[in-house]
Amino acid sequence: MAYSPHTEADHRRMLDAVGVVSIEDLFADIPPAVRADRFAVPPPLTEQEVRGELSRLAGRNVLPRVSFLGAGAYRHLVPAVVGEVIGRAEFATAYTPYQPEVSQGTLQSIYEFQSMVCELTGMEVASASHYDGATATAEAALMACRLTRRDRIAVSSAVHPQVREVLRTYCSGPGIEIVEVPAELAEGGSGLTAPDAAASVLDDDVACLVAQQPNFFGGIEPMRELGEAAHVVGAQLVALVEPTSLAILEAPGGYGADIVTAEGQPLGIPLSFGGPYVGLMAARMASVRQMPGRLVGATRDAQGRKGYVLTLQAREQHIRREKAASNICTNQALCALAATAYLSAVGPDGLREVAQLSMTQARHTAAALEEAGLGERRFTAPYFAEVAVRVPGAARRHAALLERGILAGHPLWTDYPDLDDTLLLAATELTTDDDIAALVDALEATR
Amino acid sequence: MSVAERAGTVADASGRGAAFASPSAGEAATVVEPLIFEASAPGRRAVRFPQPSERARRVATGQPDLPAGSLRATAPRLPEVSELDLLRHFNRLSQLNHAIDLGFYPLGSCTMKYNPKVNEWAAALPGFAASHPVDPAASSQGSLELEWLLGELLREISGFAAVSLQPAAGAHGELTGMLMTRAYHRANGQGETRTRVLVPDSAHGTNPATASMVGYETVTIRSNERGGIDLDALRATLDERTAALMITNPSTLGIFEDQIDAVLSAVHEVGAIAYMDGANLNAILGRFRPGEAGFDVMHFNLHKTFSTPHGGGGPGAGPVGVGERLVPFLPGPQPILAEGDPDTVRRNAWAGRSTPGARFALEEPGSRPESIGRVRMHTGNFGMFVRAYTYIRSNGGAGLRAVSDDAVLAANYLRVRLADAYDLPYDRICKHEVVFSGRRQKRANGVTTLDIAKAILDHGIHPPTIYFPLIVEEALMIEPTETESLETLDRFVEAMHEIADRAGSDPGSLRRAPVTTPVGRLDEAGAARRPDLRHAFGETGAE
Amino acid sequence: MSSTYPDDLRYSKEHEWVRADGSQATIGITGFAADELGDIVFVELPEPGTRLQQFGTFGVIESVKAVSDLYAPVSGEVVEINEALRDQPELVNDDPYGEGWIVKVSLSDGAELDQLMDAATYGESTAG
Repeated sequence: MAYSPHTEADHRRMLDAVGVVSIEDLFADIPPAVRADRFAVPPPLTEQEVRGELSRLAGRNVLPRVSFLGAGAYRHLVPAVVGEVIGRAEFATAYTPYQPEVSQGTLQSIYEFQSMVCELTGMEVASASHYDGATATAEAALMACRLTRRDRIAVSSAVHPQVREVLRTYCSGPGIEIVEVPAELAEGGSGLTAPDAAASVLDDDVACLVAQQPNFFGGIEPMRELGEAAHVVGAQLVALVEPTSLAILEAPGGYGADIVTAEGQPLGIPLSFGGPYVGLMAARMASVRQMPGRLVGATRDAQGRKGYVLTLQAREQHIRREKAASNICTNQALCALAATAYLSAVGPDGLREVAQLSMTQARHTAAALEEAGLGERRFTAPYFAEVAVRVPGAARRHAALLERGILAGHPLWTDYPDLDDTLLLAATELTTDDDIAALVDALEATR
Repeated sequence: MSVAERAGTVADASGRGAAFASPSAGEAATVVEPLIFEASAPGRRAVRFPQPSERARRVATGQPDLPAGSLRATAPRLPEVSELDLLRHFNRLSQLNHAIDLGFYPLGSCTMKYNPKVNEWAAALPGFAASHPVDPAASSQGSLELEWLLGELLREISGFAAVSLQPAAGAHGELTGMLMTRAYHRANGQGETRTRVLVPDSAHGTNPATASMVGYETVTIRSNERGGIDLDALRATLDERTAALMITNPSTLGIFEDQIDAVLSAVHEVGAIAYMDGANLNAILGRFRPGEAGFDVMHFNLHKTFSTPHGGGGPGAGPVGVGERLVPFLPGPQPILAEGDPDTVRRNAWAGRSTPGARFALEEPGSRPESIGRVRMHTGNFGMFVRAYTYIRSNGGAGLRAVSDDAVLAANYLRVRLADAYDLPYDRICKHEVVFSGRRQKRANGVTTLDIAKAILDHGIHPPTIYFPLIVEEALMIEPTETESLETLDRFVEAMHEIADRAGSDPGSLRRAPVTTPVGRLDEAGAARRPDLRHAFGETGAE
Repeated sequence: MSSTYPDDLRYSKEHEWVRADGSQATIGITGFAADELGDIVFVELPEPGTRLQQFGTFGVIESVKAVSDLYAPVSGEVVEINEALRDQPELVNDDPYGEGWIVKVSLSDGAELDQLMDAATYGESTAG
């Protein structure tokens, strides 16, 4: 074993104390019929060798020189200080804070995280974190079913396709029906979810309407009207939002969202091939007892010192067992800490700069392509930092650009067959004018 | 008694505890570390961003404007702090934590082993950290190969036919397993008739909670006097209504189910699925392969067995292994070896070499029509996969077997060394953890297990898991892991003896413990009765 | 510990008490149950007008580390709920038979009271 502290003498002393001759005796209770008959795991590597192997694998990834890929995961600056904070072993190598007296660091940082999520979303209560934005959204839909005692949910087709897949998976167990609200994706369409279309599928069996702001195509949805359409029939509005956009866009609490979820990856978390990220969830205080996930609350000790504890735990699996609001246990605490450190580092002005710059560069990208006659926006609606652009011969040119180290966004026809020749291009504050010029030049070269 | 005069009480598991000053007394609390919001001053900054260029600004104006009604009126009240103040705040907070890198952490069922630093080095390699999950497979061959190889290693370790890496945590793996169970029975036309999931009375709370999440009813099976599943009770309960049995093996008592073959036969006889909660895999590496033994599905906890840091409550990773009959139902898309011979690719990778011509990919959508679908976005908590892969390769097969050998030896050592001071309800060879009872101290001295746990804190050691499993009165569940030296184990034994002695000589001091920690016992009842879950920014009723 | 139980009440084996007053009855949980649960932090109350079925569940009571269903000791329609418990759930611990009452119901069938225990019998059932 690579990390064993035991000497031969230690082994002997322990075996003698236990009163057995060999370690084999400690496994005598495994019935012979079911003992492992093979274990062909390759031999141990030294640190030098294992570094070689991991470098080999990391080196097989070809990072693009220029990337316009988003589609739910975004390349943002991660300030060095964020890495420093989450690298602290006292945070990274602690378990879930079951003993609050020696976990105040983790607990207080979660309380700060909850506070920041409430500020961003304009909601009253936020959970300590979920696995990712998609599972948070699925859990929010199940929460809406509990709150309304209904068993159907409606979801816009302009919600991220992977989020809709996760919704389907989560709902398949308890048999919750999902109805889709078709967004206006036809030729000349807005690319948005029309409130009328939502109203036509909403009735008093529907627990919630799930909509995304900005939606999968970057479009700014009429969230207030969608919320009204849901509320008229007693359904809830579950708003899946992009957190940096909340520096500019109205807070969901302001437009009547009942439950808010988000993928927190843009807040200081590296792309890391899809995880670990962090799911955010916020809601109204009146719904807190149906909320899944851990919650940290402030309190004090006998000497009047302020402290933080896991609270309202009777909602959770270790107490309520089969009647729990969810089975969630381990969540994404260290990623939530990264988001907390990130939001502290950028502050309100920095977050607005990130959002503004991302939006400006997305608009710059679309304008540059239009100016050069290389493509046209697929939808008419205003957008945030991601835009769908139709580029003739997109499949061929996307591949050709990749050869040159330029990743020309996400091919939308892979998720929406009708959106032929359409690329979803994302910009962030890291997108430079040179990146945009390189995209234009490369598309020119592949006409 | 009027409420204003009443003193609050902190709850412990017996319902009694130290008195707290009522928060309504209005005195300001002493603050150990102020909230970061309190270090905020308007205009202070840690990070700045560039301004858009003239050209960007100009051409952007031609694009449609955001509707006025969609804009935010007031900025979120995020903290405005300098980088140094930020760093000091979080560094000071970190110093209020106990962590493996600081001291012993024998938290039963959690496998708090050392988290090797080379794992962190590997996860931070730019090739991994900057790898976009929606990248075309051609750019992500390294990430996909690592996922495929990790799946192969987990398959070998567990003896299952296939592995999905998607689930983000143990409970998420359970959910995945139960969704597959449900899909399997539905595919066999028994979706409506198989409605019950059996769990032993010693089970983790996640097991019944998971069963409910997929719409199953939970039926509890009692344990026998030896701490195992009562086979007669199990047989009497199993029938054509049973969808699955969920068990932890070794059990939460740290005991290997020594009739596991009979249990599995009984479950399969009625056509049910045998689910194994893999939380305790650290005890049986190289000794027992659940898939080979006949389990149909199991989740791994990479943050337990395979040393990925727990992060104060995640991220973890909870891959699931399945036997042949559940393979069609695995979540998707799966990372696959699209071109190349698997034996050659494995052999080369074990020798640190890439295989020319091998190509990795994600399954095409819809290629397994019976799949339960995605359980999360992308392919999983990839950063944890890098760490677990590094750990498995560092240890190798022989090392992993030694991990379990030493974990089991250490637990048995503590079992024997502490048996004179604490009651041992199931006194037999244990696996990686041992469960004591504090009932002797409770009856003789009025000292609860909570008091004992708090007293352990004053020794600079994290307490064991307490009050779990539920079938042990005043339970103390101790899991030392394989990475603690004999000196550390002996210091723990001394601490536990000192506490047992003090329970007789000075029980009051245990009820007041801990006294060396940043805060003392906290008013959990007050926290739950009047929840304060976010900073109130000086609004009424705040702080 | 509340080792004695008021003589004017009737008790269920699920540890609820009933105080009958003509056609109306007040329901709460016993001091024994409150002690077993520990510090009560939340009581989920039914809406007024809800019809309770004898021995059926009508709410949930939570302490910091436990949770329990509330079982109706008698059938009837809820006419009043103890609103004070929303802000002060600890009343159940402090004064289980007084300010810590949970609901008042209009009795459907006064004879159901005969199926419940008197104080002495209940006291024996909780002893040891």
